[in-house]
Amino acid sequence: MMNKVVGNQTIKFERKPKIISSAAIVGPKEGEGPLGEYFDKALQDSYYQEQTWEKAERKMTQENIDLLLQKANLSPDKIDYLIGGDLLNQTVTSNFAARKFAVPYFGIYGACSTMVEGMILGAILIDGGYGYRTINFTSSHYQGAERQYRTPNEYGDKYPSYKQWTATGTGATLLAKDGQGPVVTEATVGKVIDLGVKDPKDMGSAMAPAAADTILQHLNDTGRTPQDYDLIVTGDLGEVGSKLLKELLAEKNINLQDCHDDCGKILYNSDQDVGAGGSGCACAAVVTAAYLLPYLNNGEFKRIFVVATGALLSPLTSLQGESIPSIAHGIVIENESPNNAIGNFSYEE
Amino acid sequence: MPQINKTPNEYQKMVKNAHPSDSKVKNFISAYVIGGLICVVGEIITNILTAQGLALNEAGPLMSVSMIFIGGLLTGIGVYDEIAQYAGAGTIVPITGFANAIVSPAMEYKQDGYILGLGAKMYSVAGPVLTYGMLSAFIVGIIKLIFI
Repeated sequence: MMNKVVGNQTIKFERKPKIISSAAIVGPKEGEGPLGEYFDKALQDSYYQEQTWEKAERKMTQENIDLLLQKANLSPDKIDYLIGGDLLNQTVTSNFAARKFAVPYFGIYGACSTMVEGMILGAILIDGGYGYRTINFTSSHYQGAERQYRTPNEYGDKYPSYKQWTATGTGATLLAKDGQGPVVTEATVGKVIDLGVKDPKDMGSAMAPAAADTILQHLNDTGRTPQDYDLIVTGDLGEVGSKLLKELLAEKNINLQDCHDDCGKILYNSDQDVGAGGSGCACAAVVTAAYLLPYLNNGEFKRIFVVATGALLSPLTSLQGESIPSIAHGIVIENESPNNAIGNFSYEE
Repeated sequence: MPQINKTPNEYQKMVKNAHPSDSKVKNFISAYVIGGLICVVGEIITNILTAQGLALNEAGPLMSVSMIFIGGLLTGIGVYDEIAQYAGAGTIVPITGFANAIVSPAMEYKQDGYILGLGAKMYSVAGPVLTYGMLSAFIVGIIKLIFI
């Protein structure tokens, strides 16, 4: 059914799945940030009364899915697929969270692009008639990620100013064939792009080419310009990556100046000491779930293009001298009618 | 098919320009001042000990132990890494840095159990110091034996 593909790599959804619910729980730092009041919950500390950070991340992720279902007034048996991923080895956070719900589960890995990768897959399953409702979720945890990817948290390693801060949080969205809410209209699945950046503290620079490639392909496929969107928002390029993105696209005559923002920049205040900005799967996830979707919901945005970016390295690849291949997945979410607001969450919440 | 056609070399130049400017002079001064202050503290401790009547070759090790304690304590209360963000090498080089390099993984890997977690991974940061320190000492010892 090739008529669902536009151009080279963009999918156009025939059935336009609706995002009928979303939920986000964040850590203390994110709760103190500029979006604090938008999140469903902010944890008081990074352990969340658990013995380890990894257990805390799992607890928060499970709780968030429960919250999502509660907000949609649905029980788990009404969900056809769970799609989840995270940063920890073997995506254990997502596996263990999915264990609680007796729902068929796809575990995926897209690093910090997981949120959008999950939404695309959920939308494809619904659009293809393989399911009626899907939940996609993802999470990350600052201390858990530092411990796995870098050095112990209390180690006195001076971070360069371009390093980013892995967000603690979890976001989830519920897509359905029918219902009220913003709709998923198109998706551009990313290719793995690697322009040779080797420094694992410089994720923004590593991922910018992937974001540029996906945006370029998408605009070429759809025949649109950046101005056709209220916002093109990348996942976690941060200050440095965003700058590089704009430069790369400017060379292709694509001007992102007034319609680009980045979840890694939105999530924190400038005095929160996060280097070049936030990163981690939670970054794109919580900003999309708690901030961007309500904006679409109440009609402030009509169409946005969310491009979540992921750095596909492991702690070992850096040690072995490899560069950082990256990927960016993009999804177009629209508000088709100003009256199409989701009943049970409001902009003020 | 449209493409971002940039060679890695071209992109590296762009990346370098996009990085926020980091003053090497400022970093150097921070490292020098804070590293120096740590050493001053060590010297004060040595002076106090010798004033108490201890010989220098007894005061020395006691001072080292005290500095290790201070480094460990500051790591345990979560302050050492905050100082390190300003000091850079100033907090890594002195003996307090070594204490930090052992205590921080010990704190972290306790979650994974006492034997295979804490016990084994305690040396994950400082391991190279031990390995290559011992190796260098061995080599220097051999050289001294043969040539001097």
